[in-house]
Amino acid sequence: MQDLSGVVDWSRLQFALTAIYHWLFVPLTLGLSVIVAIMESFYLKTKKESWLLATKFWMRLFGINFAIGVATGLILEFEFGTNWSNYSWFVGDIFGAPLAIEGILAFFLESTFVAVMFFGWNKVSPKFHLLSSWLTAIGAAISAFWILVANAWMQYPVGMEFDPVQMRNVMDNFWSLISGIAINKFFHAVFSGWALAGVFVIGVSCWFLWKKRNIPFAITSIKTAGWFGLVGILLTMYTGDGSAVEVTHHQPMKLAAMEGLYHGSTGQSLAAFAILNPDKDWDNTEDEYLMSVEIPYMLSILGRHDKDAFIPGITDIINGVDINENGDTINTVPYQERIARGKLAQLALKQFGEAKAAGDSVAMQKSLTELRSNYPYFGYGYFDSVDEAIPPVGLTFTMFRIMVILGSYFLFFFIAALFLVYRTEYLQKHAWIQWVAILSTPLMWLCSEAGWAVAEVGRQPWTVQDLLPCKAAISAIPTSSVIITFWIFAAVFTLLLIAELSIMFRTISKESKKNLTTD
Amino acid sequence: MTLEYLQNYWWLLVSVLAGVLVFLLFVQGGQSLLLFEKSDLRRNLIVNSMGSKWELTFTTLVVFGGAMFASFPLFYSTSFGGAYWLWILILFSFVVQAVSYEYRRKKGNVYGTGTYDCFLFINGCFGCILLGVAVAMFFFGGNFVVTRANLVNIGNPVISQWAPTHGLEAIFNYKNLVLGIAVLFLARTQSALYMMNNISDDPEFFQLLKKKAILNGGVFLVFFLWFLGLLLTATGYTVISDGITTVSVSPTPYKYFHSFVGNWWIGLMLLLGVVLVLYGWLKSILSAHYTKGVWFTGLGTFLTVMALFWVAGYGDAAFYPSLLDPASSLTIRNASSSEFTLKTMAWVSLFIPVVIAYIAYVWHSMDRKKLTPDSLEKSEHTY
Repeated sequence: MQDLSGVVDWSRLQFALTAIYHWLFVPLTLGLSVIVAIMESFYLKTKKESWLLATKFWMRLFGINFAIGVATGLILEFEFGTNWSNYSWFVGDIFGAPLAIEGILAFFLESTFVAVMFFGWNKVSPKFHLLSSWLTAIGAAISAFWILVANAWMQYPVGMEFDPVQMRNVMDNFWSLISGIAINKFFHAVFSGWALAGVFVIGVSCWFLWKKRNIPFAITSIKTAGWFGLVGILLTMYTGDGSAVEVTHHQPMKLAAMEGLYHGSTGQSLAAFAILNPDKDWDNTEDEYLMSVEIPYMLSILGRHDKDAFIPGITDIINGVDINENGDTINTVPYQERIARGKLAQLALKQFGEAKAAGDSVAMQKSLTELRSNYPYFGYGYFDSVDEAIPPVGLTFTMFRIMVILGSYFLFFFIAALFLVYRTEYLQKHAWIQWVAILSTPLMWLCSEAGWAVAEVGRQPWTVQDLLPCKAAISAIPTSSVIITFWIFAAVFTLLLIAELSIMFRTISKESKKNLTTD
Repeated sequence: MTLEYLQNYWWLLVSVLAGVLVFLLFVQGGQSLLLFEKSDLRRNLIVNSMGSKWELTFTTLVVFGGAMFASFPLFYSTSFGGAYWLWILILFSFVVQAVSYEYRRKKGNVYGTGTYDCFLFINGCFGCILLGVAVAMFFFGGNFVVTRANLVNIGNPVISQWAPTHGLEAIFNYKNLVLGIAVLFLARTQSALYMMNNISDDPEFFQLLKKKAILNGGVFLVFFLWFLGLLLTATGYTVISDGITTVSVSPTPYKYFHSFVGNWWIGLMLLLGVVLVLYGWLKSILSAHYTKGVWFTGLGTFLTVMALFWVAGYGDAAFYPSLLDPASSLTIRNASSSEFTLKTMAWVSLFIPVVIAYIAYVWHSMDRKKLTPDSLEKSEHTY
């Protein structure tokens, strides 16, 4: 038997690396493009030069960020083929469609009109320029929509059936791809981008205040970004609540990992702060936490909007124990049985192929019936033990807390920013407040990345929930090749990030010395 | 709509995207001219002339990949996962391009303008050559085997297996390289013709560009004719299919020659494409002030690439021949998505005319005013 673990882990790492870098730039693009378009709209409405200068300033920063986002995005799309080729065949009939739609509807829109944004000031009419700015922002959002439809589908695969002849899944309902999970993910990601851009603009503007340069420009920017970011963070929280409900229903293992919960209960508390017990495993009796501060009922409320609802833990899920909406104990299929049934499904598929080759229609029908009844557990057939079906609990647990704690902090941050910006003298006088805002800026990126880590680490080991684990989704390439490309991309992305940050800081510094407040 | 009709329709769309992409590679062609230009002003003219179009080329490449994924996922799975190094090198060259325009002259760019210009040069040269190599594999094949039954082989579940060199062998196959080099010199020629059209108020540079068009066009012709010779004398596969799965595959000498003759309209389109390229090129280099040659060469390129894709995919041909196991060769029948997906995507494709319309409108609006040394000096946003 070939040892695939090396190439699986390195392929995972390479994809994670690319996704982490890509997500450094995308949320800023999603949010800053809208802020720029709003400012340009104000300029066109009021004809005040200060709005034009603000638009151009933030557009410059948008451009610096946009280019590197495009670069990392290219790799992500093609990595589905280069590193996950089995995945590309197994579900390419479904997954490829949103990617192609993204290209046709969003990428061309973005790339065509972003050129007008940058180069069109003296070449097209002001109204057409404004339209271009909005279309760039809309293009970015449409792009996010379709990629999140694709991502949501991997976590909640619907609208397809398995074709045993071609040995792949085929789509049978396009609209079901746009599921509640997809909608939630889209709004959650876009609004978090708004919040991130809001923090970025406030952070940069506070640096202006600290330097005592272009103060009216900074105050106007903080006001715009404050309201924009507040709307963004509130809607991020609202859609985050929706995501929690969806995860509880469709990916209970992810929710259990987010909480480090092994034995669930009705009226389940949430560990606001806890230290996980490293010796805890699903099949031993160790305590889950070494210490914890818990909020009673909170996980039940978050997951099922019912303080008395039962939330299963990892051990419960593995043993097939759950409680339905009426509070009755129900048994789902235990993981050991899922593994057995997955292997039966795979055996039936193999026998189907043999029967087809032999022209034995009776045997084909028999195999097909067996396959269909066990297909929901097809992916479990690749596992040797239930341990393989558990996501990394420690990382998911930690990232979830980072996301929630920082997300809550930023709600306070925007409220405070708006409170203070309308008391400008106080804000200008206290340098420490300005520095809190400046130093908070990178924390927003940490919050955003942590959110993605929860979503993607928590759904491991699946590329397609229940149907295809990572270990069966890979390409047949040597581990050494992926190690080499991993380090090449790590080096290139890091060098480009250093350049991006350096240019960003220099541009901010240089532009701050110009007069951005002429009216 | 039947499955067969939809497969043909999607191969047509893929061909259109490929044709547009090869035309838009003039951006890469311009970048490959960069390091030969000593004057900073001229370098900046080249970069800014190409710079307003680079994202379009980049996007077309991405959409080409997306369309291939959606319509022919077995190709996506087999080629990208197998010819790993070929595609990784292509991606790498485009990654370094994406930031270079924006960063090259920005203060604080850490590595200096020269480094970013080198990145653009790398993308210009290797991007073209490697994409040409990737397309040449549509005719000269790859070293892979597809075994779908592997899916239930837990020890080795990957259905597409490639030779251990994983695409490096394709890069060093001279037949593939001939097309790759032809694509590079075509891109360089078209870039010179595009700049003759897009840049004004610099007669000396105009003459310089004309010289570049003469030289690069000449080299392109040599390599293109060489490629045509290789193609028309190549042994291809004749594939009998039941609409989805392959029934039989047989090697056929002079396969593509017979295909052009048997499908005369494809042959005619190829001929028309070549004539248009020659017309645009010759008129540009022979007339004193003619600037519209790029539109003829562009249209000619588009038609030629479409003809090549049609002869690769339509009829009884395998568009991705396997050199290790002919039965594993990919055709537009066995590699395609399902009828439902192709039909769904066909509805989405109705947006393509809208996309083309706004791109054309914006292109016209942005290029109405020519780039000049003076306008470059005065412009607020330059690369």
